[in-house]
Amino acid sequence: MKKYIVCLLAITVAASTNIATAQQKDSSKTTDLFADLDKESKSADANVTDYTTATFKSTRIVNGHSIETIGKNNLDFRIAHRFGYVNSGVKNLFGLDEATMRIGLDYGLTNRLMIGLGRTTIDKELDAYVKYKLLRQSKGKCNMPISLTYFGGIYHYTKTTTEDINATNRTSYVNQLLIARKFNDAISFQLSPTWVHLNMVDLTKEDNDLFSLGISGRVKISKRVAITGDYYHQFNKLEGRTNSLSLGFDIETGGHVFQLHLTNSIGMNERHFITNTTGDWGDGGIRFGFNITRLFVLKKSAGSRSSL
Amino acid sequence: MKKILTITAICFATTFRVDAQDITLKTKSATIKFFSNTPLEKIEGINKQVTALLNEKNGQFAFLLLQKGFKFDNSLLEDHFNENYMESSKFPKADFKGNITNIAAINFSKDGTYPANVEGMLTIHGVSKKIIEKGTVEVKAGKVTAQSIFKIKVKDFGIKGEYIGDKIANEVETTVICKFD
Repeated sequence: MKKYIVCLLAITVAASTNIATAQQKDSSKTTDLFADLDKESKSADANVTDYTTATFKSTRIVNGHSIETIGKNNLDFRIAHRFGYVNSGVKNLFGLDEATMRIGLDYGLTNRLMIGLGRTTIDKELDAYVKYKLLRQSKGKCNMPISLTYFGGIYHYTKTTTEDINATNRTSYVNQLLIARKFNDAISFQLSPTWVHLNMVDLTKEDNDLFSLGISGRVKISKRVAITGDYYHQFNKLEGRTNSLSLGFDIETGGHVFQLHLTNSIGMNERHFITNTTGDWGDGGIRFGFNITRLFVLKKSAGSRSSL
Repeated sequence: MKKILTITAICFATTFRVDAQDITLKTKSATIKFFSNTPLEKIEGINKQVTALLNEKNGQFAFLLLQKGFKFDNSLLEDHFNENYMESSKFPKADFKGNITNIAAINFSKDGTYPANVEGMLTIHGVSKKIIEKGTVEVKAGKVTAQSIFKIKVKDFGIKGEYIGDKIANEVETTVICKFD
């Protein structure tokens, strides 16, 4: 009999403690849901990585590449125009009479990997490149102070001259590490250490490997307008060449970016403007130019109702 | 004695029942889509990382999202959305805090689709506005999905830009789908 009473007592104790805790559980669950949401909000700040976007508005700053790449499945059609020297006077309409052009296509394979193709009228040069975002500036869960993008290009000019230069000698390569930081909504700054390898140079005293450092920046002066600058300082250069210095003015509209600029370079691909510039800002050896780009979406995400 | 101990142990073990019905539903992967439809352009942005909470007992309902979580097919458009319209660096988040006013009419233990009346404060771009909308709560095989489609007047939230009115609709169709865990 005693045994059974003890058992019964045990069961009642067990049951009542359970009911008590269940009641406790219930009341603790009716705490304010909105307070829970605020907690989620704060934890998101620490647990989610906020990647910096739009350090630069375009994949080019003025002449040189920025750390930006094109979004996945997006195709950027880009036309760059460069005119003659402003100091060639009014008869030459300050250079507008001579126009050179690069036409190119840039494509985003992923959100971090981009490829591009282009052809410039000067020297009838073809260029192809790959660009990959190695590091992205971010804050929150992962703090990264800079964005780092690798750029690798191959250049081949097809214009034949009186000299019979073989295909290999008409080829060159450019490797760059683009390092940038967006300081705030208005100001971004980039350093671009560059190595250009020319398969053939004109003079024996010239180096085939040319090293330079690009210094670029942009300042946004309104929601859609920015001032940009690009300077490539060469540590060793070809005979008679100058360093490329460009100033730009970017205007954005719905799907286009217009970039107007003044530069001493005629080249519109990296190999040309970095190592083959001969103009001098000091004596008006500058040119007006502009880039127009238009972004197309080649593949829409499933079920998307977008028309763009 | 041994017998008593074993029986007591079994009693304790079996009475620690797991509370089968958790009354706060949560998800961190709710979806919010917005669709701007004009004759000139159709723009759709989708955010698949919305945090949503629903209290089955008192009907409290809330969701929270990061503006940068909205993805667009066109990367330039996505930049414009964040830089020019939503000013995401100043207002990184948007949220809703409100109630399903007819929560008593929803039977969470019976499969079915129940109409829901939602009321509360929607905060976008730093501006809070009271909204009263309708939606549905679907209960299926123990899983709850709350959804609603309603319109948001862009300018009500202080969002400015020269394309609002022509390339961007004044009223944007917003779809909220919360599939709770």
